[in-house]
Amino acid sequence: MAMTVQLDVVSAEERIFSGLVESIQVTGSEGELGILPGHIPLLTGIKPGMVRIVKQFGEEHLIYVAGGVLEVQPHTVTVLADVAIRAEDLDEQAALAAQKKAEEAMQHAGADFNYAEAAAQLAEAIAQLRLIQKLRKK
Amino acid sequence: MAGAKEIKSKIGSINNTRKITSAMEKVAVSKMRRAQERVAHSRPYAEAMRKVIGNIANGTIEYRHPFLTERDVKTVGYIVISTDRGLCGGLNTNEFKRVSQDLKAWKDKGVKAEFAVIGNKATAFFKRFGGKVLAQQSGSGDNPRLADVIGSVRVMLNAYSEGKIDRLYVVYNKFVNTMKQEPVIEQLLPLPKAELSARKHSWDYIYEPDPKVILDKLLDRFIESQVYQGVVENAASEQAARMVAMKAATDNAGSLMDELKLVYNKARQAAITQELSEIVGGAAAV
Repeated sequence: MAMTVQLDVVSAEERIFSGLVESIQVTGSEGELGILPGHIPLLTGIKPGMVRIVKQFGEEHLIYVAGGVLEVQPHTVTVLADVAIRAEDLDEQAALAAQKKAEEAMQHAGADFNYAEAAAQLAEAIAQLRLIQKLRKK
Repeated sequence: MAGAKEIKSKIGSINNTRKITSAMEKVAVSKMRRAQERVAHSRPYAEAMRKVIGNIANGTIEYRHPFLTERDVKTVGYIVISTDRGLCGGLNTNEFKRVSQDLKAWKDKGVKAEFAVIGNKATAFFKRFGGKVLAQQSGSGDNPRLADVIGSVRVMLNAYSEGKIDRLYVVYNKFVNTMKQEPVIEQLLPLPKAELSARKHSWDYIYEPDPKVILDKLLDRFIESQVYQGVVENAASEQAARMVAMKAATDNAGSLMDELKLVYNKARQAAITQELSEIVGGAAAV
């Protein structure tokens, strides 16, 4: 049997996932990360994107997170997600609208325009779209 | 039969009131159940967060975050969480009383106070009370989101970082059980020592990009989640308090109706008796 590690994905509003997993793939602030059981303690930020987890017995599961923090300890992994929605629930329309709004806002940059906020919105929308496309291909 | 008609209409109006209060009670019961679930859902995040922060605080000694260090108190900040609507018994009143007491203690020591208010009732109170309100937020309804509190929390955290306030508290009604909600004042900043319980054996994380960035990010989120927890707790308390208050109101309306019915029957009987005696008297005269 494959080795497993306890994973908890929690957001401030709910517990999204809790259980034993064989591996976790996540976009850290410094790049893609693959985490297997027995990883040394690590703490890093997460970029908007998806968390791909392989559950015990090989079942795959995708969760979208809009940023957060990843904590790794040898026997437990915790994802403190900012806003995490289950991938299946993602609304493509909303993502597109948000992307368009952010792009529009960037083009019409006014005096009090917050560039950082718009960039974050754009990154989030693109990440959501990528995930949706990936789900469609399957 | 002069008084009888008035009594009858009074009974009618009380009956209507009773219908409303009993409907509100039933609504509060179902809302409370959902609010309690929400409290339970937001707990794992805060717990996980506390664990991680505890680990870091013990691991990295070379970097002391301003949120972790005590300083002389000249101004205190409060985030006061109240309900948006009334008719929930003494819930808000008790909370504001608790804040006022606390404030008086600070004032005696010559400490000023600044506030961030969440909820209509707190806004109205501090308008009268005359404190310096830095942030206001209301209308989060029965399903509060984390996004609703981020603004207010950010304002207070900035004030703390700039040294405008030296302590930050959050005030809300803690949901003990259906019958009991108590106002609590919890210290958010600097982080109380108890949060950072010591771990004996020494180990450290790998930090990406570095401890400072991560710690900043984590602590902001931690404070936000604590305030959010307060908001959902307060929402559960609101529904519980409303349920109890509306139950009492329904019962009172019921007993008032019974009493009035008795008075009405007496008046009716008196009128009948009078009429009868008039008829008998009239017949005797003829």
